[in-house]
Amino acid sequence: MARFEPVLMRGIGERDLTDIETYKQLGGFDALEKALRQMTPEAVMNEVSGSNLRGRGGAGFPTGKKWSFLPKDGRPRYLVCNSDEAEPGTFKDRMLLEETPFQIIEGLLISAYAINAAQIFMYIRGEFLEGYRTFRRAVEAAALQGYVGKRILGTDFSMDIIVHRGAGAYICGEETAMLESLEGKRGEPRLKPPFPANAGLYGMPTVVNNVETVCCVPHIIERGARWFASIGPEKCPGPKIISVSGHVNRPGNYEVAMGIPARELIEEYAGGLFPGRRLKAIQPGGGSSAAIFEEDLDTGIDFDSLAAKRTMLGSGGFVVMDDTTCLVRASQTLARFFEHESCGQCTPCREGGQWVARMVSRLEAGEGSDNDIRILNTINNTITGTNLCPLGDSIMPFLASVLKRFPEEFAAHVKEAGCPFRPAHVHAGAAS
Amino acid sequence: MTPERERRASELAARYPQAKSALIPFLQYCQAQDGYVTQQAIRDAAEMAGITPSEAESIASFYTLLFKHPAGAHKIQVCRTLSCMLRGAEELQRHVRQRLGLASGETSPDGRFYYEEVECLAACDRAPCLQHNLEFHYDVTSQEFDRLLDEWRASEPAVSMPAE
Repeated sequence: MARFEPVLMRGIGERDLTDIETYKQLGGFDALEKALRQMTPEAVMNEVSGSNLRGRGGAGFPTGKKWSFLPKDGRPRYLVCNSDEAEPGTFKDRMLLEETPFQIIEGLLISAYAINAAQIFMYIRGEFLEGYRTFRRAVEAAALQGYVGKRILGTDFSMDIIVHRGAGAYICGEETAMLESLEGKRGEPRLKPPFPANAGLYGMPTVVNNVETVCCVPHIIERGARWFASIGPEKCPGPKIISVSGHVNRPGNYEVAMGIPARELIEEYAGGLFPGRRLKAIQPGGGSSAAIFEEDLDTGIDFDSLAAKRTMLGSGGFVVMDDTTCLVRASQTLARFFEHESCGQCTPCREGGQWVARMVSRLEAGEGSDNDIRILNTINNTITGTNLCPLGDSIMPFLASVLKRFPEEFAAHVKEAGCPFRPAHVHAGAAS
Repeated sequence: MTPERERRASELAARYPQAKSALIPFLQYCQAQDGYVTQQAIRDAAEMAGITPSEAESIASFYTLLFKHPAGAHKIQVCRTLSCMLRGAEELQRHVRQRLGLASGETSPDGRFYYEEVECLAACDRAPCLQHNLEFHYDVTSQEFDRLLDEWRASEPAVSMPAE
């Protein structure tokens, strides 16, 4: 099967795209020139709307629609780029940041032009020190050549990029938590409405876009909405970077056409499973997503096909688990993640997350009971949908999906008073 | 505030429409100098942002990369989340705990090493991974860790949590 010709990852691994001249040789900044010289901001917005681009950060909201929500009331507008990638199993934005920073800058400038932003803020995850340094150097290099700053390319368009590094908090990837954090506060999600479009950063109209979303914009401007919309499913088209990890021969970031079947992604791109192993479960959209299984391998990797399977594309973190995986242990790892990352504002997330982590840890340590399993089977609806932000809604999907599909595996942990997958001496340390 | 800190505080505050946005970058700068976020740094940050020290402390306490107490100069943070777990993170963690004689969150008595098991570092394709003073190391086997540890033992980092 023919491989998808990369758009967003073009040149990565072959050329040094952190060098501005190399980026320009590959056509870099042509889209910015086109937008600023030949298009009005409305025309740029129409092009992006017409492309059906949907946000790549997790929620899949149509980008053009998000932009169109900004009120026309004369207040300054802000564009914030979400580079706080921390969803378990996702590592595409870090790659874009470290490998192709000028593509992000170009996308941000065109987006800022379209929405008539006063300022761009780049929020980079605290752990990404290298990406932060690379991106700051890139902004400086772009400014030296007149792509950032006053009167860009001699036009009336002026724009600066404020580069901000976080300090360690998964929750700041949630857009209102990110805005709080950018204002110098604790990264606690806000009650919505008002939405950021009306009251975002410093109370001003704000758009928050993910790094990969922003990277799509120059290509839409250069090659047209129709080209973009023709790739993959009509309602969620375009190129998509999937981060494949876990039990495959070639883990890595793969750029594919949206809608590629899961089987093809694993076999043609990621080199298939290890010899003699059988697929057990996949998290198709990061740690927050419900699992899919062997019988779902023909499902398309896109927002709508995965939603139809009661899971999600999310951030595109595709974690493959083979038959050597203990799903109680996997659930414990993720439950502990959400317990640790809850900001603590909402009781179902803060308390529920802790109790879920404790129950699953008990089961894995061989100290669980049938009652633990019974409770885990019933609390999905009391945790999910009862919190301010999606973090609380992310605690149960994976656990509920594997508990439903492999109930015997959970029961075996009770019956055998231990993990059937692990030697007995490991239990104590692993349960903490 | 020392004149140097005052200068840095003004520089950082000037980057943003509102000075308070510079709170975390300023604390990162102080931490890079002092090794952790000192009470003096909290007071200086509060002064810069125009808030009370207790509010500044509450904000600082929210973020895991701001250390509220002295911690080892070599900060070793090993990923413990799913993708790394599937590719041997638990074995690596056991090895690291044993080599350093530390549990997650502990600093060695000589103050040189700090060890922590952390959540997904976004390097899942090269698992298991770790960060040493925010620098990534990939595909870390036990042997590779021993090699790195020899290197770290022979050196003293100038800055353990770089700000810029």
